[in-house]
Amino acid sequence: MAERRMVLGVIGADVHAVGNQILNYAFTEAGFSVVNLGVMVSQEEFIEAAIESDAKAIVVSSLYGHGELDCRGLREKCDEAGLKGILLYVGGNIVVGKQPFEEVEKRFKAMGFDKVFGPGTPPEVTIEALKKDFELLEAQA
Amino acid sequence: MKPVLLVDFGSTYTKATAVEAESGKLMGTAQSYTTVEQDISLGLEKALAELKGQTGALEYEKRYACSSAAGGLRMIASGLVPSLTSEAAKRAALGAGAKVIRTYAYELTEDDTAEIAALAPDILLLCGGTDGGNSACALHNAEAIASIDRDFPVVVACNRACARKCAEILTAAGREAIVTENVMPQFNSLNIEPCQKVIREVFLRRIIQAKGLSRMHELISGILMPTPAAVLQALTVLSEDLGELCAVDLGGATTDIYSITEGLPTKAGTVLRGLPEPYAKRTVEGDIGMRYSANGVLEAVGLKRLCSNADITEEQMTAWLARIQEDKGILPREPWEQQADFALAATAIEVGLARHAGEIEPVYTPMGLAYQQTGKDLTRVKQILLTGGALIHTGKAAELAQKAMATTFYPSSLMPRQAQAVVDRHYILSAMGLLSQYDRTLAKTMMIKELL
Ligand code: B12
Repeated sequence: MAERRMVLGVIGADVHAVGNQILNYAFTEAGFSVVNLGVMVSQEEFIEAAIESDAKAIVVSSLYGHGELDCRGLREKCDEAGLKGILLYVGGNIVVGKQPFEEVEKRFKAMGFDKVFGPGTPPEVTIEALKKDFELLEAQA
Repeated sequence: MKPVLLVDFGSTYTKATAVEAESGKLMGTAQSYTTVEQDISLGLEKALAELKGQTGALEYEKRYACSSAAGGLRMIASGLVPSLTSEAAKRAALGAGAKVIRTYAYELTEDDTAEIAALAPDILLLCGGTDGGNSACALHNAEAIASIDRDFPVVVACNRACARKCAEILTAAGREAIVTENVMPQFNSLNIEPCQKVIREVFLRRIIQAKGLSRMHELISGILMPTPAAVLQALTVLSEDLGELCAVDLGGATTDIYSITEGLPTKAGTVLRGLPEPYAKRTVEGDIGMRYSANGVLEAVGLKRLCSNADITEEQMTAWLARIQEDKGILPREPWEQQADFALAATAIEVGLARHAGEIEPVYTPMGLAYQQTGKDLTRVKQILLTGGALIHTGKAAELAQKAMATTFYPSSLMPRQAQAVVDRHYILSAMGLLSQYDRTLAKTMMIKELL
C-alpha cells in the first residue's frame, strides 16, 4: 500500500500552535505520513507542499476566527495547480464566536471543503474520516 | 621547503599563486590573460614566468588548479515547484560553483527542450518531488530531456522513488545519467551536498576534458573544482575561525555573493518561512557587474538612485555608462569618472547583498505585530570579504562596502549592516580554497595572516 500522505497546517496569520502539534502527533501515530507546515501557513504553501509531496489530503486548522476569509479560494487554487480532487478538511474554531454548526458547515462545503469539523472535535473522529476517504481514493485508483 | 603552486584559470585572467607549505608564507602571485582560444597553457606559462621572477626557480611539491575558463561550469537546473525543488536545484548548482544559465519548473514543454538544446549545458540537474512524493514531473522531464539531440550528462536528484527509472530513460537514449540523493527528500528540507559532490565528479571527469583543459596535466596535478566552489571552500574554512561572514566578488559581467552562516532570525517574535538556507550559500547576479552588466545596475535602481551613491550628476553618470558601452576595458581617470565608477560599484554591491539576503516583513495579527522572515538574516554578520578585480583595484573596497551597507533603500532587507570590510588584496581566496584541500589548517592560518 502506498503511503497515505497529507499536508497539515494552521492557515492565515493564526499562531495557535498547540492543536497543530497534537494533530501532527495523532495523525502520524495513526499511520499517516504527515507533512506538517506548522502555524501561519498561506494557501500557496499548502498547495506547493501538496504538489511536491504528492499528498492526497490537505488538513487545514483555523482557530482565531478568521478561517472563513483565509480559506476562501483554496479549492479553486488547488484545481488550478493540478491538485484536482485532493481531499480538503478544515477544523478548529473556524468562525467567529458560536454560530450554528450546520450553517458553518454548509458555507465551508460550498467553498469546496470535503469535510468540516466543529470546535472540540477529537482527533479520533478526524482519523476515522481520513481513513474512509483514503480507502475510497485507493479503491478508485 | 615545500612550495605549492595554486592556479586559477579565470574567465579573463589566469592567476598563479606560490605558497610555502611549511612556513605558510605567500611567496608570490602573478597573473596573465587566459588563453582559451589558442591553448590555455600559454596564459599559464606567462603567469608562471612572472611568478618565477618573484620567487626564483622552484620545485613545486604540489600543483592544484580551479577553473572558470571557457564559460565556467554551465548548468541548467530543473525542478517541480518554483519555490521548492526548482529553487533547491538552483542552489545546489550554484553552491557547486556552476553558472546556472537557466532554471525550469514543472513539466518541460517542447519550447523548453528546444531552448535546452540551444543552450547546450555542460550538465543538467534533474530534480522534482520529495521522496515518495510527486514522480510524474521528473519522469516526464526525463523523457523530454532524452528526446534532446545533444550530449550532456544529467545528474538525477529527484524523488528517489523514480530516480532509477529516470536514469534508465536517459541512458536508453544514450545520455549519461548519474543518480544521487534527492535535493529535497522531505518537504522543506534541503539536502544539496550529495548532489554537489556528484556535480564536481562529473566536472572533473567530463567537463575539463571537453573544454580542452586536460592538456594541462603535465603542468598541474589536476583541476580540482570550478573557481566559485574554491572560493566557497575558502570562506567556509575561514569562518571556522572568524565566525559568520559574507563575501562579495564584483566582476565585470556578474556579481557573486557568498554567506557562511545559518542566518537565523535575530529579531524577537520572528517566524521563519520558506525553504531552509544552505549554511554556505552562493548567489550570482547575472545582470549586475561593472562593465558588461553596468546597464543592469542602472536598470535595477534607476539613474537618480545610482547617482545618490556618489558626488556626481545624472549627465555625468549617463556619459560614463555610454563610455563603458563602447569600451569594456575602460578605466576611470578623471575625478568625476572615478566618482561614477564608485557609484556603480557601491550600487552593485548593494543590489547583490539585498538580493542575496533574506527579508523580514511585519504581519499584523489580531494580537498585534509579528514578523515573518524568508531567507537569511545577515544583519549581525561581523565580516564582509571583498574580492574580484573590480573591487580590489579601486583601492576603495572598504569604503564601497560601507556605502553599500548604509543604504536606506531596502528597509525590509536583512542584508549586512555593520560588518567590517576585509579586502582580499592579493586575490588569494580561490587559491586558499584549493590549498585547503591539501592542508586545511595551513589555508586557514594563511588567510588569517593575509587578510586580517
Ligand atoms: C492559548 C491560546 C492563545 C495563545 C496561543 C499560543 C500559541 N502559540 O499556541 C495566544 C495568547 C497567542 C492566543 C492569541 C489569540 N487568540 Co487565542 N486562544 C488560546 C486558547 C486559550 C487555547 C488554545 C489551545 O492551545 N488549545 C488547546 C488545543 C489542543 O486545542 P485547539 O487549538 O482547539 O485544537 C484542537 C481542536 O480545535 C481540533 N482541531 C484543530 N484544528 C483542527 C482541524 C481539523 C480538520 C479538525 C478535524 C480538528 C481540529 O483538534 C485540536 C487538537 O485536539 C483558546 C481557547 C481554548 N480554550 O481553546 C483561545 C482562542 C482559540 N483564541 C481566541 C482568540 C480570539 C485569540 C486572539 C485573536 C486574541 C486577541 N484578540 O489577541 C489571538 C489571535 C492570535 C493569532 N494571530 O493567532 C479565540 C478564538 C475565537 C473564535 N475563533 O471565534 C479562543 C477560542 C478564545 C475565545 N474563546 O475567545 N490565543
